[in-house]
Amino acid sequence: MVENTIQKGKTIQNNKIININSAPNGEPIEYKTLNEQIHEAVNSGYKKIILNDVCGQRFIGASLQGDLEFEINGVPGNDLGIFMDGPKITVNGSCEDQAGNTMNDGTIIIHGDGGDVIGLSARGGKIYIKKDVGYRVGIHIKEYERKHPVIIVGGIARDFLGEYMAGGLIIILGLKFLPDGNIIENESSICGNELGTGIHRGKIFLRTEEDLEDKLGVGAKLFEPCEEDLKQVESYLKEFCEIFNIPYELIGKKPFKVIKPISKRPFGGNYCGQII
Amino acid sequence: MKWENYTSLPEIFRNQRIFDGCGISGYLNIDGKRDSGSKVIDMLCILHDRENGLGAGFAGYGIYPNYKDYYALHFLFDTEQIKEKVLSHLEKIGYIIHSEPIPTKTPSNIDNPPIIWRVFYEPKQMKSISNDEQIVNLVMQINEHFNGAFIMSSGKNMGVFKGNGWSHEIAEFYNIKDYKAHMWLAHSRFPTNTPGWWGGAHPFNLLGTSVVHNGEITSYGTNKRYLESFGYKCTLFTDTEVIAYLFDLLVRRHKLPLPIANLALAPPLFDEIKKMDKKYQIALKNIRATYRSAMLNGPFSVVIGYNDPTSTMIGLSDRKKLRPLVAAASEDENTIYLSSEEASFKRLMLNEEFKYEFSEIWHPKSGTAIIARVGEGLLYNGLEKPLEKIQLSVMGV
Amino acid sequence: MSLQHISPTYFRVKIDRDYCKKCKRCVSHCSYGALSFNGEKIIADDSKCVACQRCVSMCPGKAIRVVKDESYLPQHGNYTQRIRNIIWAQSGNGGVLLSATGNDRPIRSIFDDLLLDACQVTNPSIDPLRETIETKIFFGRKPQQLDFSVDPKDPNKVSLKTEFLPHFEIDMPLMIGHMSLGSISYNACMAIYQAVNELNVLAGSGEGGLHPDFYEYGKNIITEVASGRFGVDIKYLQNTAGLEIKIGQGAKPGHGGHLPGEKVNSLISQTRMIPKGSDALSPYPHHDIYSIEDLAQLIAALKEATRYKVPIGVKIAAVHNSAPIAVGIVRGGADFLTLDGFRGGTGAAPRIIRDHAGIPIELAIASVDQRLRQEGLRDQITLVAGGSIRYSADLIKAIALGADVGMVGMPVLIAMGCRVCQQCFRGLCSWGIASQREYLVKRLDIDVARNRIINLFHSWNEELKEVLGAMGIDSVESLRSNRDRLRYIGPNPRIAEILNVKHAGE
Repeated sequence: MVENTIQKGKTIQNNKIININSAPNGEPIEYKTLNEQIHEAVNSGYKKIILNDVCGQRFIGASLQGDLEFEINGVPGNDLGIFMDGPKITVNGSCEDQAGNTMNDGTIIIHGDGGDVIGLSARGGKIYIKKDVGYRVGIHIKEYERKHPVIIVGGIARDFLGEYMAGGLIIILGLKFLPDGNIIENESSICGNELGTGIHRGKIFLRTEEDLEDKLGVGAKLFEPCEEDLKQVESYLKEFCEIFNIPYELIGKKPFKVIKPISKRPFGGNYCGQII
Repeated sequence: MKWENYTSLPEIFRNQRIFDGCGISGYLNIDGKRDSGSKVIDMLCILHDRENGLGAGFAGYGIYPNYKDYYALHFLFDTEQIKEKVLSHLEKIGYIIHSEPIPTKTPSNIDNPPIIWRVFYEPKQMKSISNDEQIVNLVMQINEHFNGAFIMSSGKNMGVFKGNGWSHEIAEFYNIKDYKAHMWLAHSRFPTNTPGWWGGAHPFNLLGTSVVHNGEITSYGTNKRYLESFGYKCTLFTDTEVIAYLFDLLVRRHKLPLPIANLALAPPLFDEIKKMDKKYQIALKNIRATYRSAMLNGPFSVVIGYNDPTSTMIGLSDRKKLRPLVAAASEDENTIYLSSEEASFKRLMLNEEFKYEFSEIWHPKSGTAIIARVGEGLLYNGLEKPLEKIQLSVMGV
Repeated sequence: MSLQHISPTYFRVKIDRDYCKKCKRCVSHCSYGALSFNGEKIIADDSKCVACQRCVSMCPGKAIRVVKDESYLPQHGNYTQRIRNIIWAQSGNGGVLLSATGNDRPIRSIFDDLLLDACQVTNPSIDPLRETIETKIFFGRKPQQLDFSVDPKDPNKVSLKTEFLPHFEIDMPLMIGHMSLGSISYNACMAIYQAVNELNVLAGSGEGGLHPDFYEYGKNIITEVASGRFGVDIKYLQNTAGLEIKIGQGAKPGHGGHLPGEKVNSLISQTRMIPKGSDALSPYPHHDIYSIEDLAQLIAALKEATRYKVPIGVKIAAVHNSAPIAVGIVRGGADFLTLDGFRGGTGAAPRIIRDHAGIPIELAIASVDQRLRQEGLRDQITLVAGGSIRYSADLIKAIALGADVGMVGMPVLIAMGCRVCQQCFRGLCSWGIASQREYLVKRLDIDVARNRIINLFHSWNEELKEVLGAMGIDSVESLRSNRDRLRYIGPNPRIAEILNVKHAGE
């Protein structure tokens, strides 16, 4: 049964690109089967893999390394690119929760909404999401030596953005993408409460004029970005705008605010170790 | 796995609580059009990574138009004897309008199923107690005292079909495809204890309220004791039970308006309340103080259906959004869908017979109810601030 | 034959002469006359020492140690040291033995036999440092349900008809128990009231009346209407966050308060409105409450007197039939109910009552909570429990068993310096806590004491949040009566049954 599906679903365009049908006859295949087919394709030397009619299959791209490219049509399920180390995944639509989970390196591009817990514990790589995202985005992303994760969201985020952040960069732009192609400012709040709660390294940039003091979480402090801050994000923003066809000048129409940690040990004073 | 009986939990597991990780789905047709169950089956079964084959269930509203004024009691019986005992008990305290087996697939795709039965029923009119209360008492009594019998649902013009098995197995077993409803709820289960007993699957139902739930209620002990002081008996060892009873208590007995009832179950934090207008502060503090034991704590996303009098679908997640919930509206905006994952909607789009399209897919906010009602439309889209749409007046302010 | 020398000494004062600088600070600090200077060196009269450790703390050379004197009596498992001492004391003075603080018999604590649950896998724990965990409590009566009316033409026009009953919002489920001005010093009271003001919790005033200096903290003080009605006048009734009718207290169920004359100086005399030097004895019952309907009458009278502005509650000692008594009290109109367990503290109580009467608070909370629930009354009132809640673990378990608020007394005094020497009734407290003598009272620095109380409560609140977080609960209201999250590991499974708590492993 599995063999037939593979035969039916594959379309060999050229040596390097392969199409895989994730729902032959309108019946979505199991995630195990789909991922097996992906691994088979990778082992056979394909460098670009296009997945069609993806319908909630999980763990796509899990643990994959190297110079691979994926294009996904449909809705990939939870944990897209989990433990990934290098490949590039583009989704022509929205993704579900935990995309980029514990990612080491690579790029994830979502032409739609992202779910909750995006980039959980990511150590490196880039996650670019065109529209809105959910809760706990960028939770516990961390920096180490030259590894430096970057998450950019074109729309808005919800509560617990950048919780426990230990390095890296999160940028939220607060734009709204209309069905007719126009891009306007998003009237809703750019983020929810408990912003950057527990942050001890890294920066969160929010493109907004809103008063964010009330939303700050524990250990997070609000700053005006300095020259160095803005320089740091410039190249990433340009890349983001190019991918999603956003006029770069639009970014400059609102100022950025930056969240940085108060200290590397925000909870040092909370505990006491006296002998009793 | 074969069990001696299906209607009650084996003794050795009785003292343990069953936790669930699951998939939930549901939808409502605003114009009241009745659809076959095959759509909700597709929505649910694509979420099969969230289940482990130990329970699934469906609730359909509007499935019995010919008996819509009677209570449709869905039973599970271990033996013929207990069935006769229950039926004769029913005859003593009311009128059995019609009694028949619920049709199931033959030959059965499930080993040794229990006896599955339905009775269209009317209790005797009594001055001191309403019909609804009589049925509630009946349900509590049968589930607690009639060993070997279990009532799956007790609402009017609706029914719950559930059991121990994979979601597609249960769907096939009950021929869900053959029922037509204007509102469907569905659930597939991943209990962490081994026994999947038929009674423990979702949806949980009391009268017209059915609940499908993903998550775990950490305030279960508190909620249970609160409910017991109002006469509800929590006999099903599963935390979802308290959600159904709390909803029944707040909406049917205390007659709280729906947005208020939802705020009692998932209230905003005090830090949030502090920032509101004085009137809303007073109302919310009052709600939190009076209904503090009704508050649901722990990760949850639920879809609640109820039909007293009009079918209404409510989706709600916990105030920290620890469980997923996605909403969608059909292209003609006549159908509102809810599911644990967006994959359910994509699945419908892949349907070869009818290409479903969606005008919008969105994620309701944490602790914010999304409410849709037949004949009225999408009343709350789950993105509002607490009490935002309500014009509230408070006595003395 | 002189029997005097048989009087036992309990403690030995050991002075290390190498370190003693003969500064005589210890002599001036000992209020019990155990130390003196004979011209050459410091000498100790061991028979007077109560081991309050004041001299030890004050000695600049760390030259003093107070140790237990074990050597004098042969060991006996039945006629323990304690029993022998009691008999000797009573055969000496023929009176009722007094003591203070709480029950000191080594009866097993049920709190210590309870374990807490935590989340693993099936639902996530919550991080109290980074995510909000709410510990706010509404103190007072609540309605059974809220009544809303909806405009039939516009379902979005909603009107809340039920009025919010008089209540108090406190930021932690903690309250400081009633310790009267008289049983403790002015400085101790001031430190307590300033602390609760800053923490936004409540403290009890005890039955000593309310000194005018404390009126500014009135909105955090629950004043007490005890059988002696000391200091209960209009000003008292109107400068308060709430009123509590004291039927009894855990340390001495069935008894009234007892303030020995030595502690009634002019300050106390003024506050309580009684003659200086006379014993302040509260009658055993309220003489206008001989049955439950009388209590309802007094509650109604107090509500009238305070114009229905504040919650009125009742405190009872935890006794054998606390449950039906509690029901009666709630039906009688009380807005909150305080249960004081048999280990509750006191400034003075007959030992026989202190040590042998009452029941443990753990069992009382469980049975009262259960019975009120059965009658459908539990959620309408606030249940306060104490006697004894020693630290945060006890508080958390008390809440899980069914209490809304934990009431503490001794820990607050210990925070201020008390060593629990149990001599409070003598009025000679060398730490300035349980005395009225000026030269002793001024030893207690109000600011330092206040800050220590704030630190203590703050750390307990954080510990409460740590436990709630570990349980996956983000509001203390969802822990209340959640006995599912407790397990029993004690030797008597019957206790687990009465508490309605499962045994560990189940």
